[in-house]
Amino acid sequence: MAQTISRYKGETVMHEKAATGLQNNDDYKILSKRNWARGKYLVIMMIPVMVYYLLFCYLPMAGLYMSFTQFQPGAGFAGIFSSKFVGLKWFRQFFQSPYAFRLIRNTFLLSFYSLIFGFPIPILFAVCITQIQNNKIQKPAQVLTYLPYFISTVVVAGMINNFLSPSSGIINQIVVACGGKPVNFLGQPQYFRTIYVLSGSWQTFGFNSIIFVAAIMAIPPELYEAMDVDGASKWMKIIHLVLPSIKPTIILLLIMSLGNLLNVGFEKVYLLYSPAIYETADVIQTYVYRQGIENHNYGYATAVGLFNSLITFAIVFLSNRLSRKLAETSIW
Amino acid sequence: MKKSGVMKQFRQEAAGDKTFDLVVWTLVLLAVLVCVYPFLYVVSVSISNGVAVNQGKVWLFPVDLNFDAFKMVMGYSDLWVSYSNTFYYTVVGTILNILMTCLAAYPLSRRRFFLRKKLNFFLAFTMYFSGGLIPTYIVVTSLGLYNSRWSMILPVLVSVFNVMICRSAFEAIPEELFEEASLEGANDFICLGRIAIPLSKPTLAVLTLYYAVARYNDFFNAMLYLGKKELQPLQLFLRKILLLSSSEIMQTAGGSTAIAAAAQSTLQVRYVCIVLAVIPIMLICPFVQKHLVQGAMLGAVKG
Repeated sequence: MAQTISRYKGETVMHEKAATGLQNNDDYKILSKRNWARGKYLVIMMIPVMVYYLLFCYLPMAGLYMSFTQFQPGAGFAGIFSSKFVGLKWFRQFFQSPYAFRLIRNTFLLSFYSLIFGFPIPILFAVCITQIQNNKIQKPAQVLTYLPYFISTVVVAGMINNFLSPSSGIINQIVVACGGKPVNFLGQPQYFRTIYVLSGSWQTFGFNSIIFVAAIMAIPPELYEAMDVDGASKWMKIIHLVLPSIKPTIILLLIMSLGNLLNVGFEKVYLLYSPAIYETADVIQTYVYRQGIENHNYGYATAVGLFNSLITFAIVFLSNRLSRKLAETSIW
Repeated sequence: MKKSGVMKQFRQEAAGDKTFDLVVWTLVLLAVLVCVYPFLYVVSVSISNGVAVNQGKVWLFPVDLNFDAFKMVMGYSDLWVSYSNTFYYTVVGTILNILMTCLAAYPLSRRRFFLRKKLNFFLAFTMYFSGGLIPTYIVVTSLGLYNSRWSMILPVLVSVFNVMICRSAFEAIPEELFEEASLEGANDFICLGRIAIPLSKPTLAVLTLYYAVARYNDFFNAMLYLGKKELQPLQLFLRKILLLSSSEIMQTAGGSTAIAAAAQSTLQVRYVCIVLAVIPIMLICPFVQKHLVQGAMLGAVKG
């Protein structure tokens, strides 16, 4: 990890050199002949990609205007701009409704609990798996823990649903075998957050540990040997060598996950929830889906979606600024 | 033999280290079990005797090996229609994904490209802000893509995140190679095809995996845009079987198999479907494992 970052830093230094090497006046005129001659094939290459982004990313952004209008279903995209302007009506309606608070709370809590519970597990697993110095066990163990990451949300939700089924699910069979009564886990609001967070960590901990495993593997063996000479126990090595070495990685990834704080796995919620547990399970995205796609309240649903996009944008922007300061890695 | 080596080492350790090893091995074992057990259980149920399943006798290994449920599910014509649709979406979609990713990553990786910074921003901005569900839905349907196979392919044609990974792979190629090639008269398309792509195979392998898995698993686009049953992918079929009521399964099965379905345990039918859906993923993963580590690192550092 440390190596990768330093390599990346090296690259950025190179970019700067390349940039400062182009002090020629010509380079500041975007469409100068020289630029065009040099870059025409690159521009041609980018055209399909640009068309894609204009159509499927920037056109929908323009479509956000819908959240200020009385959009009629069936009017098509052009209909957005000819429909009646209603100002902030939809936003007011949302914030005055009893749902606003519940949705924001549910969205925040689901992602917050996922972070608190889901973040440390990959680190713990990475520390453990790297201490097993036996390749015949280490590699297969890693592959087996990646697997759930690649399983589709539909299958995961299907497994959860059937494992927890009150009549035939394995979990309730165990509950009954232990002398309890079958519980309808997915029908009662108090269980939803636990189910969501646990299944989420189950799916991602193996895959998310990859980066930490790589960071631990990058620790030079001499440092371990030096600690051996000092007579350090294995516990001491973890506390005084391994954890400090991966600290930058941990901080960087933590900040990056903060950026996803309002990014709930909407598909899983959608597949698992039911009106009986909306109290804890309904999130902004599922509400937008129900209002827009199912009830055809397009303007209102877009307004709620826009509110969500704006908050997400602010959070991602801040966390990226923070991580850039700390590690000089950023996309911008 | 390996194990005795481990045991020998273990016996020679100090007491503190022994506890450490025990804790480490227990946690790893636990992690592996937690990941494997659900699948093992699902497989066991799917190939057990239906009666034993209904009595709750299957909890780890199959009881009375029996492939009736498999045979029955294999008889659903809907399953095969959806499977072939998924195959189509995955293959065509992934090829176009990789093509577009390379076409976007190459210009962005050229340091002297005059639009580099502007285009980089143009792409990266979409990672931070989007029009959201409803406007995208309106755009896609207004383009006439509702109930069209293209609705599964075009709206997710390229992912910025993967473009950034691909871009840094291209940037890592020594600049001299491209300079030499262009001195010999190669244009950027030739440089991309003959130099950049062949030298970034490991990264492209990971990206292919990411794209293909996303295509294979995509269910939400299908739910939004595909109302016609003949066009629906496997994930929508699975949703019907796994998450909706059991009477839907009978309807899905249809015809003569419906009677057979009634005899089988609903649970078993569902688990057979899970097995059939997960097999392709399980087959691919071990092959790309070594590339995966590199890809995940790139993603995390760049992302």
